[in-house]
Amino acid sequence: MTVKQLSVFVENRPGRLSAITRLLGDANINIRAMSIADTKDFGILRLIVDDAEKALKVLKDEGCSVTITNVLVLRIDDRPGSLAQAMNALYKDNISVEYMYAAFINTESNTACLVLRVDDNDKATVALYDSGYKLLSQNELG
Amino acid sequence: MGKYWNESMECATLDEMRALQSFRLQKTVKRVYANVPYYRDMMDKAGVKPEDIRSVDDLHLLPFTCKQDLRDTYPYGLFAAPLDDVVRLHASSGTTGKQIVVGYTRKDLDMWSDCVARALTAAGATKSDFMHISYGYGLFTGGLGLHDGATKVGMTTIPVSSGNTKRQITILKDFGSTFICCTPSYALYLAETMKEMGVSKSDIKLKAGIFGAEAWTEQMRKEIEDKLGCKAMDIYGLTEITGPGVAFECECQNGMHINEDNFIPEIIDPDTGEVLPEGSEGELVFTCINKEAFPILRYRTKDICVLEREKCACGRTLIKMRKPRGRTDDMLIIRGVNVFPSQIESVLLSLGDTAPYYQIVVDRKNNTDTFEIQVELPEHMLSDTIKTIEDMEAKITEALHSTLGIQPKIRLVEPKSLPRSEGKAVRVIDKRKLVD
Repeated sequence: MTVKQLSVFVENRPGRLSAITRLLGDANINIRAMSIADTKDFGILRLIVDDAEKALKVLKDEGCSVTITNVLVLRIDDRPGSLAQAMNALYKDNISVEYMYAAFINTESNTACLVLRVDDNDKATVALYDSGYKLLSQNELG
Repeated sequence: MGKYWNESMECATLDEMRALQSFRLQKTVKRVYANVPYYRDMMDKAGVKPEDIRSVDDLHLLPFTCKQDLRDTYPYGLFAAPLDDVVRLHASSGTTGKQIVVGYTRKDLDMWSDCVARALTAAGATKSDFMHISYGYGLFTGGLGLHDGATKVGMTTIPVSSGNTKRQITILKDFGSTFICCTPSYALYLAETMKEMGVSKSDIKLKAGIFGAEAWTEQMRKEIEDKLGCKAMDIYGLTEITGPGVAFECECQNGMHINEDNFIPEIIDPDTGEVLPEGSEGELVFTCINKEAFPILRYRTKDICVLEREKCACGRTLIKMRKPRGRTDDMLIIRGVNVFPSQIESVLLSLGDTAPYYQIVVDRKNNTDTFEIQVELPEHMLSDTIKTIEDMEAKITEALHSTLGIQPKIRLVEPKSLPRSEGKAVRVIDKRKLVD
């Protein structure tokens, strides 16, 4: 079960993040998770939103460079050692994590949510289910 | 040794010079017509026969030659001497990555080194001097051109070639070089490195430097003279004509004397091709009248320039050209390397379905040209991982480096962020101040 992530190419210059987030806000799109990977000249803003298709259109209409990637959103217990356990579930099946970041989604107070980009979504899904983990679907992001 | 290398040529009267030019021109045109089918076709198309060219006044009847002709006849199609008699080849890069090739017979090399010897003598060099050559040796005409000229003068040549700046400074100091030749920006870089190494201008013995292969200003001249404690002299040349030494500066340092006994200059209107009177600004055109292997006729240099035949205080009567003020095409000279925006376009096109918008930004920082190409990120390059984008960036850099012969800094920018303009896009931002 995967979730659509938007990746937006952002030049390193003042005002870019402000402009992009304003676009999403004006279109009433809620950001559920985000991270920025940065280099000297540019960054990639990664976003999980409640309505990916709408966000894609809004950003593209404004000339942004956007691409969609399928990622996993994993719910784990909010306690010491639980992330290590989840990583181990992936590691034992030899699945690589390319990047991950924390999500804002927090429907239950004793859990935390992570966005995971792995080298093989299907293998990772099976590995996580087998270890008893819960993956969130697109319509659980609202 | 006197003040001139070849006084009879450098100080000839106008009548003598015109008579010699007319004689050599006729001879060259006859030989070229007989030996080079490409020129024969060009002349036949223009309705000109060799016998129509009786003096320099008839020069305008001949058709122009341009860089495209050199490419069309690559590699040896314009050679007017048998390859058996050619003892040297040189080459320079062209717009589409295809280089142009020129050849020299023994006599051509002798003529070329005579021109360079005139330049060196005008800068004050004698056989007692040491010439430190920091131009690259190779297909580029700078290194070997200055080398042969200095050897002819009898100077002690030090063929250092380019690179390894600290070693260059050690050699300058230890070998007691009194002359140096390199690009003007490298001269300033040397001065800076000297400072870092704690070497002062009194530790070196430079009297003069011969600087060329790129545009430079009077302000750079002052800076070089001040920092290296030597005279900074300009030299002009291009591979198609012979290399450095087509024109050179005398002690007056206001304009370069053209070795017109070998290369007849003209100034034309770049749009109509009409010859303009002396003193007008226009495109500089050269005809080689004393070469065997590669005697190019009415070659359009694309340099915008002014010719002046005035009495020079140095005593030379050779016509003078002012420092070229610009070019008629969009060629850039970056760190001594010729770069055409069209080359960049074709490389970008080869990497994707459509060539993305791009902009070239050239600047000069710490006396070295900086070369950045801003490229609007093409759709197919976008990825959610930095690594993928950086790999693409490296691929673009490498492709451009191998085509241009110089490494640009690639800066990816957002789509539609580069300025669009009606008609021709503004592709080049040159922040260097190369014209006074």
